[in-house]
Amino acid sequence: MRDARAEVRRPIGLRLWLSGGWLSLLALAAIFAPLIAPHDPLAQDLFLGRLPPFWEDGTEPGYVLGTDSLGRDVLSRILYGARLALIVALVAGTLTCLIGATLGLVAGYYRGWCDRIISRFVDIWMAFPPVLFAILLIAVLGPGLISIIIAIVVIDWTRFARVIRAEAMSQGAMDYVASAQVAGRTQFGTMLTEILPNVLPTIVALLTLEMGIAVIVEAILSFVNLSISTDSPTWGGMIAEGRTSVHQAWWVLVFPLITLFLTVLSFSQLGEGLKDRFDPVLR
Amino acid sequence: MSYLQIKNLDVRLKGGGPILRRVSLDVTAGQVHGLVGESGAGKSMIGKAVLGTLPRALEITGGAIMLDGTDIGTLPPAERRKRIGATAALIPQDPLTALNPSKRIGPQITRRLVDILGWRRADAQARALELLDEVHIPDPTRVMRSYPHELSGGMRQRILIASAFAAEPKLIIADEPTTALDVTVQKQILRLIAEMQKRHGTALLFVTHDLGVVSKVCDSLSVLYAGKVVEDARMQRFFMSPIHAYSRALLAATPTYTDPKGSLMPVPDTVIDAVELEIAQHDVRAQA
Ligand SMILES: Nc1ncnc2c1ncn2[C@@H]1O[C@H](COP(=O)(O)OP(=O)(O)OP(=O)(O)O)[C@@H](O)[C@H]1O
Ligand SMILES: [Mg+2]
Repeated sequence: MRDARAEVRRPIGLRLWLSGGWLSLLALAAIFAPLIAPHDPLAQDLFLGRLPPFWEDGTEPGYVLGTDSLGRDVLSRILYGARLALIVALVAGTLTCLIGATLGLVAGYYRGWCDRIISRFVDIWMAFPPVLFAILLIAVLGPGLISIIIAIVVIDWTRFARVIRAEAMSQGAMDYVASAQVAGRTQFGTMLTEILPNVLPTIVALLTLEMGIAVIVEAILSFVNLSISTDSPTWGGMIAEGRTSVHQAWWVLVFPLITLFLTVLSFSQLGEGLKDRFDPVLR
Repeated sequence: MSYLQIKNLDVRLKGGGPILRRVSLDVTAGQVHGLVGESGAGKSMIGKAVLGTLPRALEITGGAIMLDGTDIGTLPPAERRKRIGATAALIPQDPLTALNPSKRIGPQITRRLVDILGWRRADAQARALELLDEVHIPDPTRVMRSYPHELSGGMRQRILIASAFAAEPKLIIADEPTTALDVTVQKQILRLIAEMQKRHGTALLFVTHDLGVVSKVCDSLSVLYAGKVVEDARMQRFFMSPIHAYSRALLAATPTYTDPKGSLMPVPDTVIDAVELEIAQHDVRAQA
């Protein structure tokens, strides 16, 4: 009678190990950047400009991934860049999730006028082209960390709202919700204790995906020079600078690009992995 | 003494047509009252109206629902929920969606005891174990710690039955409790419900579209057609001499074991037309 699935705990998959590992490494790098970065990420030394990475000829000891045209150490800049990337990912991702998921949950569970207002709002919101919207917003707010975070939240909450609304709606129609109400739960209590746990796996997957998206958006905005001021290194800024000298010094472009790619990929894979693990039906 | 008394209940689609029309029925203490009718007749909506779980698109526009002597329509919402939770319970149609997939079985059974009756958790736990044993679930301790997806449909329906009886409600509404199960399990579940009902002396409103089942379990029945009670009778009288044309057609359409082929007849259109006409006339009279 009892299903075999229950007995076999799925081991933490390779996917979770790799993505989690990379992100933990990155988090450590961000926290301890001042301790582990070999150089000051802003220190320029024109005599040390465009040093190649360590395996090529003409390197200087201590500059493992080479230097850019101003002689700044690429590795140190990537390590410091992780700080901004992760702050944006965590703060913007969490805020977007809180706002979007709450509105989606309320709309999907309560339905009625509540749903009509929120859904109309989402529809109108999604009619704006997102990147243009972001650039416009930052132009109004002025560049800076806070502006970027606000821009991401403002653009992306609709993603959460739509998906969570649909999930809450399908859960809300299930008999167990009615049973909870017959057992004396209020509507609000039912939403929190019955519906929310069942949409949580989806929220977690969306949240980590959103963190990856936040990293990309921050990079794009840095790329078009709308990000945080130039004296804190960002991956997007490095990519933008590296692009101009890609023929003379490819490493200035490629290393931050790889870092960005791995980070975004890890976030999305982490989300999928966690969803599978937390979903009681798939577990 | 009737534990459930519905008087002239009207339910409509908000901004639309009627779903239930002047429905009245009585479920007496310790009795099993059958509610039969074809799909879409409104059987489930009667149960939902009583339990206060009507879909949001529907609303009660008239009549009264008396639960254990109290008109629940007059109570403020919080009070009403408490009252319903303490006096009535549901055995649902589909055991697959009636348990929360992300919660363990234990708390889902004890919830009502703790939340509404204010039991201590340990007492509720002990009571739940006792009930699981009563519905013949092997290894109740382990089942209490399981998630719903780890159990078969029949097991889940047993759990839902245990859960419905947990707070010793006066009234239980069983909404087609065996439709979602396979035939071999259906019999066991039916027997279990009948057995539990007798032992606990609960009043049972038994919703089904199977007259064969009704004849085995029920003491009286109501026939619902298009949101209207067209016949309300004691069991014996109904099977001996159904009054209403629709009831007769329904009875004729029930397969009997002696002559399965010959008795499997569809309800003829002429009967349906006659019933529609009568309901229409009644509506005109009611409005006049
Ligand atoms: N959420 C809803 N919104 C609008 N109409 C509904 C809703 N739920 C049910 N109805 C309508 O109410 C009527 C009665 O439905 P109900 O579920 O009570 O039928 P039933 O007799 O229980 O049928 P079944 O045997 O299939 O369970 C149907 O005509 C249906 O169209
Ligand atoms: Mg039904």
